[in-house]
Amino acid sequence: MNSEFFITPFNLGLYFILIYSVVRSTVWFRNLSRSDKLRLQRGFFGRPFMDSLREIFMESLLHRKIFRKNPVLGYMHMSLAFGWFLLIVFGTIEADFFGEKHLNPPSHAIFFRWFNPEHGAEGFARIYNVWMDLLLAFILSGLLLAVIKRFIPGMVGMKKRTRHTWTDRVALISLWLIFPSRLFAESFTCGAHGSGSFLTGNLGAALASFLPAAEIAPWFWWLYSLSLGIFFLLLPVSRYFHIPIELFLIFMRNSGINTGDRSSSYTEVQTHACSSCGVCISVCQMSYAAGINDIQSVYFIKGLRNDRDIAAITANCLMCGRCEEVCPVGIELGPMRLIERRQGEREDGTLRLAGKYSLMRKRSSIEKIPTQSYGYLVREEPQKADVLFFAGCMTHLTPSVIVAMKKIMESAGVKYRFMDEKGGVCCGRPLMLAGRDREARELINHNSDIIWKSGAQILVTSCPICYKVFRESYYLDATVMHHSEFINLLIEEGSLRLGYLHKKVVYHDPCELGRGSGIYDEPRAVISYVAELQQASQERNMSLCCGGSLGNLTLSSDKRALIAADAARTLTMSCPDELITACPLCKKTFVQSTKTKVSDIAELVAAALPRPAVKAVKKRATRAAVKATGNS
Amino acid sequence: MKGTPKHVIVAGGGVAGMEAAGSLAEMGYRVTLVEKGEDPGGHLLQWHALFPDRRPADEVRSYLRKRIVHHNISIITRTTVEKIKYHPGGTVSVNLSGGTDEKADAVIVATGFQLFDAHRKEEYGYGIYDNVITSADLEGMFNRGRVAKADNSVPARIGLIHCVGSRDEKVNNNHCSKVCCVTAVKQAIEIREMLPSCEIFCFYMDMRMYGPYYEELYRESQEIHNVNFIRGKVSEASVNINNRLVIKVEDTLAGRPLKMELDIMVLMVGMEMEEAGAKLAEASGFKRGINRFLETGDHHYGNNLSGVRGVFYAGTCTAPMNITDTISHARAAVAETVRYLDGR
Amino acid sequence: MSLNQANKFGFVINPSRLIDYDSSDRKVRDYVTLREPSFKLCFACGGCTAACTAGQHTSFNLRRMITYIRRGEIEPLRDEVTRCMLCGKCLLVCPRGVNTRNVVAVTAEAISKLDRNEL
Repeated sequence: MNSEFFITPFNLGLYFILIYSVVRSTVWFRNLSRSDKLRLQRGFFGRPFMDSLREIFMESLLHRKIFRKNPVLGYMHMSLAFGWFLLIVFGTIEADFFGEKHLNPPSHAIFFRWFNPEHGAEGFARIYNVWMDLLLAFILSGLLLAVIKRFIPGMVGMKKRTRHTWTDRVALISLWLIFPSRLFAESFTCGAHGSGSFLTGNLGAALASFLPAAEIAPWFWWLYSLSLGIFFLLLPVSRYFHIPIELFLIFMRNSGINTGDRSSSYTEVQTHACSSCGVCISVCQMSYAAGINDIQSVYFIKGLRNDRDIAAITANCLMCGRCEEVCPVGIELGPMRLIERRQGEREDGTLRLAGKYSLMRKRSSIEKIPTQSYGYLVREEPQKADVLFFAGCMTHLTPSVIVAMKKIMESAGVKYRFMDEKGGVCCGRPLMLAGRDREARELINHNSDIIWKSGAQILVTSCPICYKVFRESYYLDATVMHHSEFINLLIEEGSLRLGYLHKKVVYHDPCELGRGSGIYDEPRAVISYVAELQQASQERNMSLCCGGSLGNLTLSSDKRALIAADAARTLTMSCPDELITACPLCKKTFVQSTKTKVSDIAELVAAALPRPAVKAVKKRATRAAVKATGNS
Repeated sequence: MKGTPKHVIVAGGGVAGMEAAGSLAEMGYRVTLVEKGEDPGGHLLQWHALFPDRRPADEVRSYLRKRIVHHNISIITRTTVEKIKYHPGGTVSVNLSGGTDEKADAVIVATGFQLFDAHRKEEYGYGIYDNVITSADLEGMFNRGRVAKADNSVPARIGLIHCVGSRDEKVNNNHCSKVCCVTAVKQAIEIREMLPSCEIFCFYMDMRMYGPYYEELYRESQEIHNVNFIRGKVSEASVNINNRLVIKVEDTLAGRPLKMELDIMVLMVGMEMEEAGAKLAEASGFKRGINRFLETGDHHYGNNLSGVRGVFYAGTCTAPMNITDTISHARAAVAETVRYLDGR
Repeated sequence: MSLNQANKFGFVINPSRLIDYDSSDRKVRDYVTLREPSFKLCFACGGCTAACTAGQHTSFNLRRMITYIRRGEIEPLRDEVTRCMLCGKCLLVCPRGVNTRNVVAVTAEAISKLDRNEL
């Protein structure tokens, strides 16, 4: 049976996936915005391309990030990806070097042994054969781990496993079959011809000793080709599509494209780049603290990919951003969820890009919600000030923060105006988190107007939620500072005289301030200046969400309480005297769930002010402060 | 009763504990009353006058004091009961703070309640603004005979905020403390009597005038004392430039938000399970309800039963109650204890 | 005397004056209750309205809105529901743990469904 017909499934699959990739990437490219197209073109001929190659090698092949987190899992991924890559490269070289002619079709490299059963009997070819067997053994060792992981996740250190669709399962089985079938195909062929190296040769000889190797071999070559072909055919509809797509993603990201605030090709590429690894589940507080296990990013992405109705999943998320921090592929999960929430804003209810191409539209049409309107807001004429203090809605429920800020600013001689002393207008961020950007604009315009007219050079806010939106979505002349940054500035320029409190405290990074705005060091500097700062087990970019998040519209108060209790427990593990946070919402949430005293960073600093409030006039210092930051 | 008198330990020397100890002693039992404070008397020690008839609290205090002057009663003060354990054979051992152990034939738990810590309701500004006080602080002012602002000036307007720490999921207290409504009405009248020109506003969610003559007191406060009632929960308090408190509330009957300046804001703090009592329950394995008070054997016909042999509950360690009910509950606990001791 | 008899004798009660609970349409209430069960918990203390950021500037009253929904009176809130800023301050005040922000969002959704006869 010397028919070469068995290579057809492989060829079919391979050419299908090649054509599909070209068509798909062309469509994606066409749907990119003009500026993103330009970025990509520029990236192709510049540094980003080289950076991407390096990143692809380190991450997509070697899986360095996973390796660092979990060496066993890292080895599994590396042996499969890098091993397969090497097998293809050296297989092609082998076919090119030892084959009948140069520049063979891919099938000649893949099924080299079939075409050259006697190959590798002596000399260099013999050594090369050892190498090829070694590569196969390398891959098979990884495959063994993959099988173990599938059935006993705990053995490779996985806590949670994602649920798979049927296409995923078929693709998985075909992927698993590829390398064992190659092993047996090569072994039987080698057994029949007395060739092969330590693995294929020995196994072949052993099998041939009691089996008709020559007759059995073609069956395994068929299986090998079929599993490859099926795998390629199912690739676009299975989770394994992430393997080729990740390469696109890396290149796009390195070219400077980001998610932005509108659905684009990039969001779709990200959707397909998700490997469903499930790391996002294991860090999700909604999962491990509140027992909600169907809303995590992996399910969100899967729903998006399969065009399901995911309105409930989209809404039910704290938007804390922890999953994004650990995503090995680097998908911008937060912005993607926000875009999906924004779909409600569209009047025509058009479906996502993916929907246009999918055969079955499972999603229900999007709710058209009456638009909020704030025409009732009256324009204000604010008083002029160098420093404008905006407490924020929530801060009015934590008056100790306001009182502390007043004390601090008075002590430092800061000339300030309290913008929302009598209650202001919401900053707009909560609306944005609910996917109502257009309406948030109205509030942003209203507040911007006041801030501009005040002539302030520094805008200080006590609320990280306000802070983020002031910084990102307001067009302002003033430098926006969270009060922790402002206090730090006052300390640095020497206008704040503070004592030392003999207290051990632990600091909680609020989501919107830490992960959301990258402010980690200033609060720590301030705290360390007045007290002993203890480390928390989960801090900085892996800080926990307090559970009070406005990012979630639907979460019930009892589930929130579970998350808060868990977070408070983790934070107070070292039995600190006080739990310090920098967000009124976090404070309110934690107060409910821990016996440890919860204070805002401003309160801590106010407590370190000299007792009889020294009202030294330090106008010069403030002016310096204004100058120092106002110029940026 | 013949032979050596049986020994009962009463944990807690408040209203319930004193009444229980007195009743038992009267019936010939040997009683040890364990009180954590300097003197027995409990929360009643701080109170000036009592609802609904506004009689001096001293009258009830002296009744109770007399009650525990008995040769059968020994009193241990500045001590808490840390653990109670029933031993087969009928002895109940009690661990006291300070390391001593006592043996008894039965124990009555009367650890009482503690007032809600108003600091936990930060938006009301207790401990932040000078003129925010609690109902207990106001009783202190009554005792000193003068209601005044922190700067010693005479207040022109006082607001009494009901349900602080009660009926509030945000402080993990869903229960109603029962006595705050009528306390507010009583205190409102007392302020008016002391300061006839001072305006009084009660901010309530529901007026729960459940006891005899409570509703009449409510009526009197309107009819004779011109106390004002606004139905709405205060959301927050701040201080304006004139250093007056400003509260935000919805006048729910008018259907509009209302802003009001106050000279003094009185927080009608509710009742919570007492902390030492909670620790005792923890150590002794007593069941507690979702309101964190001690869970009784049956809400209707066994609300002195603890579920542990030889241990009975009296008073507000089981639920918020007024003095009348506390005394009745303590007597019922004595009845249950005697029935248990006699039946053994 | 029943309403019919009253009409016969020329005593007409202006229908807009009373909450006619028997003929009012409580679909919005049912929808909101289903989507946000904590809606049921409101005991009308008005804390939300007192704290409300939007309520300082305009007629927006969540407590009243909830009452109206419960009674099947939808017209008065049609306009009002769009004025909320979703700032979430009420969420921190509510003594019953009502998920107030979502009540507003779901109510808006319900009204638009009602208008499209999808409720």
